[in-house]
Amino acid sequence: MAEGSKDQGGTGTADPEEDSPNMIVYRKIEDIVTRIQDEKAGGVAIRTVKSFLSKIPSVVSGADIVQWLMKNLSIEDPAEAIHLGSLIAAHGYVFPISDHVLTLKDDGTLYRFQSPYFWPSNCWEPENTDYAIYLCKRTMQNKARLELADYEAENLARLQRAFARKWEFIFMQAEAQVKIDRKKDKAERKILDSQERAFWDVHRPVPGCVNTTEMDIRKCRREKNPHRVKKITFLNIQLERHCMKVSKVADSLMTYTEQFMEYDPFVSAVEPSNPWISDDTTFWDLEASREPTQQRVKKWGFSLEEALKDPAGRDQFLKFLESEFSSENLRFWLAVQDFKRRPLHEVPSRAQEIWQEFLAEGAPSSINLDSHSYERTSQNLKDPGRYSYEDAQEHIFKLMKSDSYARFLRSNIYQDLLLARKKPADTEQGRRTSLEKFTRSVVSHVELGAVHITNHTGWLTISGLFAVITMLHSVVNFF
Amino acid sequence: MQEERLTSSTGAEKCRRKIRAVTVLLCSLFYCEQSRETLESLKRESETLKKKLEEERNKLNDVELHQVAEKVEVLSALSIKTRRVLKGHGNKVLCMDWCKDKRRMVSSSQDGKVIVWDAFTLNKEHGVPLPCTWVLACAYAPSGCAIACGGLDNKCSVIPLSLDKNENLAAKKKSVAMHTNYVSGCSFTNSDMQLLTSSGDGTCALWDVESGQLLQSFHGHTADVLSLDLAPSETGNTFVSGGCDMKANVWDMRSGQNIQSFESHESDINCVKYYPSGDAFASASDDATCRFYDLRADREVAVYQKDSIIFGASTCDFSLSGRLLFAGYNDYAINVWDVLKGTRATILFGHENRVSRVRVSPDGTALCSASWDSTLRVSWSFSTGSNYIFVLGKQ
Repeated sequence: MAEGSKDQGGTGTADPEEDSPNMIVYRKIEDIVTRIQDEKAGGVAIRTVKSFLSKIPSVVSGADIVQWLMKNLSIEDPAEAIHLGSLIAAHGYVFPISDHVLTLKDDGTLYRFQSPYFWPSNCWEPENTDYAIYLCKRTMQNKARLELADYEAENLARLQRAFARKWEFIFMQAEAQVKIDRKKDKAERKILDSQERAFWDVHRPVPGCVNTTEMDIRKCRREKNPHRVKKITFLNIQLERHCMKVSKVADSLMTYTEQFMEYDPFVSAVEPSNPWISDDTTFWDLEASREPTQQRVKKWGFSLEEALKDPAGRDQFLKFLESEFSSENLRFWLAVQDFKRRPLHEVPSRAQEIWQEFLAEGAPSSINLDSHSYERTSQNLKDPGRYSYEDAQEHIFKLMKSDSYARFLRSNIYQDLLLARKKPADTEQGRRTSLEKFTRSVVSHVELGAVHITNHTGWLTISGLFAVITMLHSVVNFF
Repeated sequence: MQEERLTSSTGAEKCRRKIRAVTVLLCSLFYCEQSRETLESLKRESETLKKKLEEERNKLNDVELHQVAEKVEVLSALSIKTRRVLKGHGNKVLCMDWCKDKRRMVSSSQDGKVIVWDAFTLNKEHGVPLPCTWVLACAYAPSGCAIACGGLDNKCSVIPLSLDKNENLAAKKKSVAMHTNYVSGCSFTNSDMQLLTSSGDGTCALWDVESGQLLQSFHGHTADVLSLDLAPSETGNTFVSGGCDMKANVWDMRSGQNIQSFESHESDINCVKYYPSGDAFASASDDATCRFYDLRADREVAVYQKDSIIFGASTCDFSLSGRLLFAGYNDYAINVWDVLKGTRATILFGHENRVSRVRVSPDGTALCSASWDSTLRVSWSFSTGSNYIFVLGKQ
């Protein structure tokens, strides 16, 4: 510990603050503002602007800053550059010379850069007494441009009440500062005054503005243990691990994503409509019902996991297995799933029940386990826990996956649903509700289509054309 | 006479004591030297193994994900809009979680309040005031009948929800998890009966809700654990956690063992989230990047970053297919990344302070974002025009 605090300039020990999240951002912003101000290296021109009778030293326009950000940080959208610039301002690195509100505007508004002395990375935590001295000083300086804003006057009044006893001391400090300031060069004073004001705009922001000095409390209480040596055993296990090539996993990720993109409401249309858009909860009602759509049934074919994830899929698979008189495997798997989710005190009794039902001699729903898993399981049950049936469950899952699942996908039960061979009710009522649903879907399609049918020049876009064609298609289909 | 004898004995005594002290000092120096040497050799062995592991892994790094993804169709322009703003918290919203019914949600705030909303109708269904501020974590139970929440009180409590609006829910609060530092994240495992928590004390823990008993604890992080996520698999028993030690660890819930570890971030990992297949996960960090790790390749396979993004990423979540990664940042924006191609698909503005949490709804229809500006915003996609081509093509 002693080593660390002494060895500030050393290469090994970093300043403990340096890697804190706030500091990382500050250093990045400081890099940016340093580059912006470096005129020789492509920065903006910081100049003195003439205004009425006076000169405004050391300023740059908002538009220039936005331009620089777009060019040097590869930003395509000016809105993004303005957003970033406003954040840099909000943290106190650049400020408008005639406003307390720290945002960046993409126009001729004049900005000044903050002095490194006032940078937030210096870990300022100014006290209210400092603020009181500052406000007091402002009232003494008798200049129109230094007049207190309403909220500042309120703050001053509040501080006067709070520090009533100390006020004489505060007043003296303020007077002393004013004396020192008077000795400085006029232009220099203008700059320093504005920078000091900007400093306080960060630490005592205008009501309604974000206080960027607020910290995430989790980062204030970090419990950093000294860096432990990575366990040798862990590393050895990792070396033994069989890993896949990136090309293979990339293909696998792509396949999975592409398979599911038609189900992803952020990239594909939702049938009949996204409830959030149309205010119609049919989509949710359909999901909740045990009468699945073709699209939903198709998902069951992706993997056994997907089929079991869907309660309707589970039901259908169970139905199929019952028809083959082999439902005990699935029922065992479901029982163990449920078993793992029970409260602790129910575990021993439930473990016994499962044993009696599926594994004991002459069990009513006897499952076929290999002798190895059987031995392991009966051993586990001597001290039953939530994972006592884990091996057995894994084995049964593999069995279902390689055997019954494939047959299920080829079965009539599944194929009928997939190809929607059963037409919806042909009764009057059936037609009426179908008509209702149809009209709703058409209306929602029109709403969606309307946004995209014409582009900004008013011509019918390709997608709009297709939208119209689909609608006509559905109309034809209905009748 | 007596005095003389005493002084002579104390003299000898002093001498003996000195010798003893010197011996002890020499022995301890020797021992320190030995243990430092053992520590040194352990460090060296660890370094050699780490290098070897890196070499082995690099052999399998034959291509970049975004290169393979060049053959994937480019996403059509996303049009995501916010159409619901939930106002009601008095201070920063720190966490939120969707209910399985796809419309309700629970949110927690710095002001100590936990609110249950029906986001579809904007109705506030329950409001529970808690005695501590900074409720950093909250979760909805799978049954929809309870919520869990915790934070600076170092605990995680479960509150059963009742249909009776007048019932004082705070009174029914039950402490389940106990840590020695703040609770940063909590999640029910696939049932209401077990709760998984992560904490600033550097550990994660699995608890039995009914009895409050600790079922399993997970040690391995060397600093605060900030986030955890359960693997989406029905058959799996793993979860991933990320923390201030810049590491993301994958754990076996049965044994408490750390199965895999990933260390490529340059600062705190604020959030970890599994890819929908469970074979990979993403992380959001204070180093202003989000990264994508594949478990089968045991390495980082993508980095999502831009020169213009300099503020830390605090939260992330995948869209249903895993094609999009929504990430909330400390610059008040949400960047939406194309997971496969590694490019940014779009950026969402709207929040007026840091985004603390983003979560996609269980069926993927909407995105909720919680922020320090004390609001929650629900957004969704309006861009489905070009997908008509896709649909027609299939027919």
